[in-house]
Amino acid sequence: MTFIKDFVNVLSAGSISFLLLTSIFALIIFFNLMNGRIRSAGGFAFIGFGLLMFLAGIFVPPLLYLGVAYFLILFVLARLGGRLWDTKIGLWLFVFGALAFGLSMLDPNFFLIAAKPDNVPIVAMIFLLGFFTWLALRKAYLNDTQLVVGGIPWEKTESDEKLFTWPDLVYTEMLCMILLTIVMIVWSVVLRAPLEEAANPTSSPNPAKAPWYFLGLQEMLVYFDPWLAGVVLPTLIIVGLMAIPYIDTNPRGNGYYSFRERKWEISVFLYGFLVLWSFLIITGTFLRGPNWNFFGPYEYWDPNKLVPLVNVDLSELMWVKVLGTSLPKLWIIREIFGLALIGAYLGLPPVMAVGPFRRFYMKMGAARYYVGAYLFLIMMSLPIKMVLRWLFNLKYILHIQEIFFNV
Amino acid sequence: MANLRGLQEGIVNSQIWKSVFRVGIPNTNRKRVLAVLGSLILHLHPVKVRRSGVRMSYTWCMGGTSFFLFLVETVTGLLLMFYYRPTIEYAFTDIMDLREQAPFGIMREMHRWGAHAMVIAVWLHMFRVFMTGSYKPPREFNWNVGVILLVLTLLLSFTGYLLPWDQLAIWAITVGSSMARASPGAGNEGPMSGLVKLGDIRLIHAGDDARFALIGGRSIGAATLLRFYVLHCVVIPLAAGFLMAIHFWRVRKDGGISGPL
Repeated sequence: MTFIKDFVNVLSAGSISFLLLTSIFALIIFFNLMNGRIRSAGGFAFIGFGLLMFLAGIFVPPLLYLGVAYFLILFVLARLGGRLWDTKIGLWLFVFGALAFGLSMLDPNFFLIAAKPDNVPIVAMIFLLGFFTWLALRKAYLNDTQLVVGGIPWEKTESDEKLFTWPDLVYTEMLCMILLTIVMIVWSVVLRAPLEEAANPTSSPNPAKAPWYFLGLQEMLVYFDPWLAGVVLPTLIIVGLMAIPYIDTNPRGNGYYSFRERKWEISVFLYGFLVLWSFLIITGTFLRGPNWNFFGPYEYWDPNKLVPLVNVDLSELMWVKVLGTSLPKLWIIREIFGLALIGAYLGLPPVMAVGPFRRFYMKMGAARYYVGAYLFLIMMSLPIKMVLRWLFNLKYILHIQEIFFNV
Repeated sequence: MANLRGLQEGIVNSQIWKSVFRVGIPNTNRKRVLAVLGSLILHLHPVKVRRSGVRMSYTWCMGGTSFFLFLVETVTGLLLMFYYRPTIEYAFTDIMDLREQAPFGIMREMHRWGAHAMVIAVWLHMFRVFMTGSYKPPREFNWNVGVILLVLTLLLSFTGYLLPWDQLAIWAITVGSSMARASPGAGNEGPMSGLVKLGDIRLIHAGDDARFALIGGRSIGAATLLRFYVLHCVVIPLAAGFLMAIHFWRVRKDGGISGPL
């Protein structure tokens, strides 16, 4: 039991759970996006990646856990394959999840966090998100098996038939309302709304957390300066969401579940919604304790936990650690590596437009392509920054104190 | 049974009932059409809908759930307003009173859990709309209205978070609103705001920046409470209500609940 708890504690540290989610995600997406030779090469690449983690685990023990979990999930996914979307397997997954949660509630530290009144809806959200992701992908899978043999999606077989709003729709709505009313009343009677002591501006709690739905943004503060994490990136999330229908010109998959016809859109959206938004909220809620330190789900929130601050900037890493000289005085020379790196990153879209993504560029047109590409790059800068932090303790890629520009 | 049926007939055919609902029991197709067309609330819906669009497994009923929770929030919120005064002297004690004195008082509970549930429901609604590709033409604009409604939902919840005036409230809002301080060009700690100056005098400082505008002071205080109260009870609900009207209208105009073309 203790072993399992330790395993989960280590595994849930952001550096591991996030990497694990991202790599598994990349794996599934990759196999669905690619075909032919690239696909089989990818298979080796993913096994190689897992083995690399084992090797690295000799020096950094937590990576060993990552390797174990990686292959475990890989094995389960490979064994299940398309059966993952069977109702029976889905039910088993749910039972497994509920059981794991129920058993975890026996742990006092886990119980303390999960049973906090404001956190109860987030626990429910985890199960709801899991269920609805599974449901959406199951329906997409079922439709895709039809589409691949030239059939029509399930929704199409029913969309030409029209029903009277009264009674069919009105009764469904009525039942939903009654059900929701019952749920709300029972929930309100069973669980009291939290109320702490009266506001006291002179004593700040530790950790001080934003409302739960903003905890993903608060988590971003670890990796970006406030003006980026708190203002620019949230604005871009909203702008990006609003831009989706104008960037996505794929006319297929309109009005029915399908993965096959919208692989790129769904992959990017699911990664953003499930990993970058939801997972970070869950992390911020359940795994961030005093001083915003990481705590495993079964770990005691020790306010005196010591976490070494060893983060360095790219400039220091390159000039001092690698080249063995002191930092140049002039910032434009000092930050030359960061500038080159950022330049290369932002230079990707035009290069890709004439290279491998030429097909997209032609299909979408310049405006759509560039807006979409840069929104995507900015979105991906978060996981990139996170991984760089964990693997190399990298603080800033660009640290130009002179003009207050740190990335 | 015969008596019950007779009673039902009697009620439905009475002048009072007919003056309100016009149509009797909608047991013929003609009456079903009239029942929907003749009612202000029901005529949000078209008379007929796609069979696929009625399926719970397709729509998850999350849009409806979001709207219903909005109504729950409105009703419970109005009841709470009877008990609550948005001043530093009374805010916390009013909530205490509500907790200890109001008989069968679950309105605050329902309001808070409803708020959390509404945030989740709106996310799931967006998730469903994305997964079915329902933002594609001709529904691009309605997706945009939806995104703004999502933001308004979060802001509603955020402004409401402060009102109990307990430790949880002010520190969550302190953390949340401190971001505004870093707004580029408009926050006193944001990049480029140092450039906004008149001669040597910086125009953006802690006493007039974006955060000051948001919370009405240099720190969370009486002005913040009043500001958030007005935003929470009047400004944002009105804006959200207006946008919801557009949202529902456009669902109809863009071809009803989405389905394969």
